[in-house]
Amino acid sequence: MDDIKLPGMLQAAFLRSPHAHARISSIDTTAAAQLEGVHAVLTLDDLGPEHADRPMLQAYPNPRIKQNILPHLLARDEVALVGQTVALVVADNRYIAEDALALIEVDYQPLPAVVDCRKALDSAAPKAHSSAPNNLAASFSNTFGDTEAAFKHADEVYEIDFLQHRGGCHATECRGVIAQYSPHQDGLTLWSSTQCPYLIRRMLARQLDLPESRVRVIAPNVGGGFGPKAGFYVEEVVTAIAAIKLGRPVKWIEDRREHFTATNTQRDQHWHLDVAADNKGHILGVRGRAILDSGAFLSYGLLLPFTTLAPLPGPYAVEAVNVQFDVVFTNTTPNSPVRGAGRPNAAYAMERCIEAVARGLQLDPAEVRRINLIKQEQFPYATGQIHPNGRPIVYDSGDYIGTLDKAMALGDYAGFKKRQVAARQQDRYLGIGIGACVEDTGVGPYEGCTVRVDPSGEVLVESGAADQGQGHRTIIAQIVADGLGVPFERVHVTIGDTGKFPQGVGTIGSRVGVNVGTAANDAAASVRKKALEFAAKALEVNAAELEIEAGIVRVTHVPEMSIALGEVALRLTPMTGGAVPEGFTPGLEATSYAASKGPPHANGVNIAEVEVDIDTGKVKILRYSVAHDCGTMINPMIVDGQLIGGVVHGIGNALFEQMIYDEAGQPQTTTYADYLLPLATEMPRIDIVHQETPSPLNPLGLKGAGEGGTIPAAAAVVAAIENALESFGVVIGYYPVTPQRLVELITAGAGERCVEAMSTTPPA
Amino acid sequence: MPDIRTITVTINGKSFTRRVETRMHLADFLRQELDLTGTHLGCEHGVCGACTVMLEGDAVRSCLLLAVQADSKTVTTVEGLAANDGSLHPIQAAFQKHHGLQCGFCTPGMLISLVSFLRDHKNPDEGAIREAISGNLCRCTGYQPIVDAALEAAAACYTQHEE
Repeated sequence: MDDIKLPGMLQAAFLRSPHAHARISSIDTTAAAQLEGVHAVLTLDDLGPEHADRPMLQAYPNPRIKQNILPHLLARDEVALVGQTVALVVADNRYIAEDALALIEVDYQPLPAVVDCRKALDSAAPKAHSSAPNNLAASFSNTFGDTEAAFKHADEVYEIDFLQHRGGCHATECRGVIAQYSPHQDGLTLWSSTQCPYLIRRMLARQLDLPESRVRVIAPNVGGGFGPKAGFYVEEVVTAIAAIKLGRPVKWIEDRREHFTATNTQRDQHWHLDVAADNKGHILGVRGRAILDSGAFLSYGLLLPFTTLAPLPGPYAVEAVNVQFDVVFTNTTPNSPVRGAGRPNAAYAMERCIEAVARGLQLDPAEVRRINLIKQEQFPYATGQIHPNGRPIVYDSGDYIGTLDKAMALGDYAGFKKRQVAARQQDRYLGIGIGACVEDTGVGPYEGCTVRVDPSGEVLVESGAADQGQGHRTIIAQIVADGLGVPFERVHVTIGDTGKFPQGVGTIGSRVGVNVGTAANDAAASVRKKALEFAAKALEVNAAELEIEAGIVRVTHVPEMSIALGEVALRLTPMTGGAVPEGFTPGLEATSYAASKGPPHANGVNIAEVEVDIDTGKVKILRYSVAHDCGTMINPMIVDGQLIGGVVHGIGNALFEQMIYDEAGQPQTTTYADYLLPLATEMPRIDIVHQETPSPLNPLGLKGAGEGGTIPAAAAVVAAIENALESFGVVIGYYPVTPQRLVELITAGAGERCVEAMSTTPPA
Repeated sequence: MPDIRTITVTINGKSFTRRVETRMHLADFLRQELDLTGTHLGCEHGVCGACTVMLEGDAVRSCLLLAVQADSKTVTTVEGLAANDGSLHPIQAAFQKHHGLQCGFCTPGMLISLVSFLRDHKNPDEGAIREAISGNLCRCTGYQPIVDAALEAAAACYTQHEE
């Protein structure tokens, strides 16, 4: 984003709250406004009367939301998290803008903050928002099957309790916005690091009372997305208002310190589950309650709670589930989907259930998985749950035992016991752990694609969904090249610009390959059909006698009877004096919004083999094996890239990444010296084996691949650590699992079971 | 009043003389004053490594150096790696072959760190390469394809230095 320079462009910087919760009695911008080089200092009052009582609009409305609390564009009279926007300075450059921030005087009266989601519903807990009756944002349950009967008939019932902490986005490029306004021409143009340009167009238009046709959102190539960049942010609106007010382009680039508090992050989930099982290890039912931390605002509505609930019971044929969810406000950065978006949490919950049963019955955890996995003959498998869109959740296809077997073979699970015993003789502690998952991918409702042949023979493809490094252009070009019969190099893909393609949604939930891929395939087929029909007429043969290869339509076995696709395009776009050939519409192009018939379900199994140093608590991953099934792979190299990167993100969640707040709501980990991301030295080589079970829901058999590496990773790593420390009876209560905590657990365990107690705020 | 100095820096073989504020860091100087936007800023506190450039041949964080500290010195940025005819440096070609970048934001820093390391290390093993890029954060690739690229390009990069 920051590479973009526009003539006359100014730079913006936000003043952000230093308090987790405080009342604001006054803001004095006089000195800041007088600084040389400053063009504007804006508080909420300066944005215009229409914004005084209009907080951010809900991008994901839902009737189950009890308290739809969203921030004002700039703070009004109260701030609810460290990092909340209070004022904006626009100046000649960022240096001057930050100088001016230091000159703004804000009178804050600090208020008590609520930080721990587990305490947010206590009657004595501070309220995250003074004017709200309590901290409950939403409450709902997801229930199917007869859990009462399941628990009545169970041989064993296991109680498990765990906290999940997932950390933040930490794309290597922070967020950024550039706004430009021309009242008489194009209206508002916004370059944004967003994953969802069409969502931003819609929300900006509504927030600013503009028709969508006067808002163009461009999402250029940016340095990673991972979920939090899919949200609608105050910075996008305020930067736009500043550009409109000043009549000059305004750029805001988030710095990393801002990113730690101002970019939405995934927040804690505290789960308490009961698992009903028979004495063979079959899970009969799961019931319980989870508290989900929403942070200070419902910036993503209930999207994440739903994507956490929907994947239960994962790849397992559990017939009865009843889990209650409470979504609560705290004075922390708002919740957002992060790679996997709740699915890693659901997978972790189910894998905890499996581990509890295996531990209780002294069974091999792999075998407990095997007997509970959905069998191939059970597809399509309806879990019993109803998706928020009203349709039953159905897994379309798969071979879940197949991926388990493949991962076990790849990781030599059978030989592990020998390795563990040998290591033990050298006082080394090895452990192995499995994580399995199902991933609902390719969520709708749609994406579109236009395929157009230029008279030069070049093929131009336009679509909506932006790319943050996933390789969208490559896979779209592959599909069009194959579908149309042209060389890959001649296909040019334009994406991520609402001014170039009219409708779309965005890049979330491993959906682009499935949605755009299906539309691109369909559009290419239509262009192919039109080209064949025209060529048949031009060459005076039947279309059935024609083939297209390397961009040339020719009569099969008679290569000299041919016409290039570019020539077809030329003849279909005549100028004055010419005529459009009879029976044809102008141009060799087609647009399609063809969609998958439903969300295809990918599946995967991760196996981690670790060594734990019982003196230092250091966890070393010795071997990591992935079996994954995303249906037909368009580009195996890209799929591998997604899987390996995804696994590493999940390992980071399991071992390193922790956003810590103190009791006053002050973030304690706002540099990369404090917040640890996975480094090359800590990461293992990751082995992958693919299984391809094509989805019957779309013509290419596609399933998404963007998050399947991350989803089961933390579960596998945590189970492996527990397995290594089985003799100490260590059971992990929350992740990330830090060396210091492991040493404490090993010491406290002393050969007995030690279910980890959770402290108010996870210690560093 | 801003403290402004005149500096001359040789960047990718070309000399630039500019008047800069003393507080401007080298990365901003490259990006904002010279439009050399290949150097990226990921954290501005010296950990992520996206801004890595070579100063007098050594890999350094350009976000932790002031532009005035580069006065009279030579700097190599990612723009200086490919040959004048556009042909890629061996490490760049290996990145392309092994899918060593996804979003590409960490890539300039990764490339510079590796060029600097491989120049001085003949036949490094995987562990040594992982150590060499342990000061460069990547959120996309999981590092593995970057390591593979470096292993493949190592011989070519070392030989280049010897010439």
